[in-house]
Amino acid sequence: MDNLPTTPVDLKKVKNILDSLPISATTREILAGLDCHIPDPERTAYNIRENSRCAGRHSTAEIQIVPKTDGKSGVDVYVAAGTVDQSVYIPACISQSGVDEDVYNDFHVGAGARVKIIAGCGIHTHSNEKSRHSGIHNFYLEAGARVIYVEKHLGGGVGRHNVQIDPITHCELAEGSYLEMDTVQIGGVDDSRRLTTGTVGAGASLVVKESLLTELEQRTTTDFNITLAGADSSVELASRSVAKDDSYQEYTSIIVGDNACKGHSACDAILVGRGRVDATPTLRANHPDAQLIHEAAIGKIAGDQIIKLQTLGLTEAEAEQKIIDGFLRTL
Amino acid sequence: MLKLSNISYDIPDREGILKDINMEIGSGEMVVVTGPNGGGKTSLIRAIAGVIRPSLGEIWLDDTDLTELGITERANAGVAYSFQNPVRFKGFRVRDLIRIAAKRRLNDQEICQVLSRVGLCARSYIDREVDAGLSGGELKRIEIATVLMRKVKLYLFDEPEAGIDLWSFGHLVEIFSELRRESDATIIIISHQERIINLADRLAVLADGCLTHFGTRDEILPHLHIRPFSFSCQTDGAE
Ligand SMILES: Nc1ncnc2c1ncn2[C@@H]1O[C@H](COP(=O)(O)OP(=O)(O)O)[C@@H](O)[C@H]1O
Ligand SMILES: [Mg+2]
Repeated sequence: MDNLPTTPVDLKKVKNILDSLPISATTREILAGLDCHIPDPERTAYNIRENSRCAGRHSTAEIQIVPKTDGKSGVDVYVAAGTVDQSVYIPACISQSGVDEDVYNDFHVGAGARVKIIAGCGIHTHSNEKSRHSGIHNFYLEAGARVIYVEKHLGGGVGRHNVQIDPITHCELAEGSYLEMDTVQIGGVDDSRRLTTGTVGAGASLVVKESLLTELEQRTTTDFNITLAGADSSVELASRSVAKDDSYQEYTSIIVGDNACKGHSACDAILVGRGRVDATPTLRANHPDAQLIHEAAIGKIAGDQIIKLQTLGLTEAEAEQKIIDGFLRTL
Repeated sequence: MLKLSNISYDIPDREGILKDINMEIGSGEMVVVTGPNGGGKTSLIRAIAGVIRPSLGEIWLDDTDLTELGITERANAGVAYSFQNPVRFKGFRVRDLIRIAAKRRLNDQEICQVLSRVGLCARSYIDREVDAGLSGGELKRIEIATVLMRKVKLYLFDEPEAGIDLWSFGHLVEIFSELRRESDATIIIISHQERIINLADRLAVLADGCLTHFGTRDEILPHLHIRPFSFSCQTDGAE
């Protein structure tokens, strides 16, 4: 065979600069769960929150992280125009019960810059008292900027019905820019209200891939409201969700086409047990050349998928788990 | 050896999907099952794989009584089954499915070898999703690959030729002839293709739920040529 890739780097063997931070073992665990592993401080800026305080902050020559000065909690992240191949890590870790915080992070990405932003929140409680985190993120992408944004939400620890994470995300994409958001919330979060709004300029593209799993009595609502403002702008919303046990999810999307544009939203949901899903897609075309499509499919796991995996030797439960993992892009 | 005794399958709104089927197929033997649409071929294979439970009868594989075993247990007892209509999985890449079939992590080179065996230009397929993006023929070949890579006592292939283009079909015939030569497993292939029929040690015809013919190629082929689609349970020539 030609050009086979070499063995991937074993991240665990590479130095992780987060190891040197004065943080608790639980926080370290949360950081690992959020895929925060920083080998190279030259090309990586970070701001690590632990229980509402800053546990470590680092800027690079091109990416400046500056704490808010208006009394709010959070940071401004400035990515210089033309920056390439750099990353920003801004995880929020909560390893206590009783935390309630709104965190405002704004990302100003200069023209033509290419960056990866790894965000996310992990809450690990140790009593029934609730901890709540709301990350209010604004993205301002200048012309031609390209951003990959990865956000994971994790809940864990002991206690019942006490983890709430409410991400509020707003993005403004200038001409020719590109923003891809990969958001994952798989179990452990009892209550979540997710809101994503945005305006997409000429020739710009927004891609959102969302993977959600709720179980027990968890509730999640997801709202998208995206306006395709510029000529040849586009948005692709792909939401995959699994509702297990007695959990409930509500999905609402509104795509507004104000110009010649392409909008596609797909909401796919798998029901397991008594899980319930409500999906309300709305398309609004205000321009004769707006092309908007919505697809939604909700149902149980297909029987023949389980049978196929059983014929390969998996048990029914293993098959179901694999199908869900694949569906949620976590295989 | 696979032994089917008195296999019958009825469902509430349809009786006699399979009627008293008796067959013994040895290790290392290849049997091609053919016959008209709706004759019960897929039902027979699904009964052997455990996907449906016959209303009557017993199924033995060597010394193992499969009759009461579930699909997973039969798979682990050495049954591999390639579907007539392969299943699509949202979010599974080809590599994921191949790894599940292999029951271990394979490296890219190993996955490539498996895929090139079924005539897929391997590198470009590894990370494709086993979903709407693949054509029926591509999906079918991946399906066959997941079965071929398992080392089992009994291989079941349901119309492997369906949806496969002519070039790949030649390749497929080679695969079966190689499997027959190199494995001492029992192989059952449902097929209407002469080139696959020609590989068979014995041929079986299923029509209207009955095994109307079961014998060597020389015995059965003349019947197929004379009245291929007029078999019924009354047709002479059952074993
Ligand atoms: N679950 C089912 N419900 C109703 N009819 C069925 C079912 N399964 C099979 N059949 C019927 O049984 C007959 C045999 O089907 P099948 O085994 O698929 O035949 P073949 O593979 O030979 O074309 C057909 O008439 C089919 O419609
Ligand atoms: Mg059939």
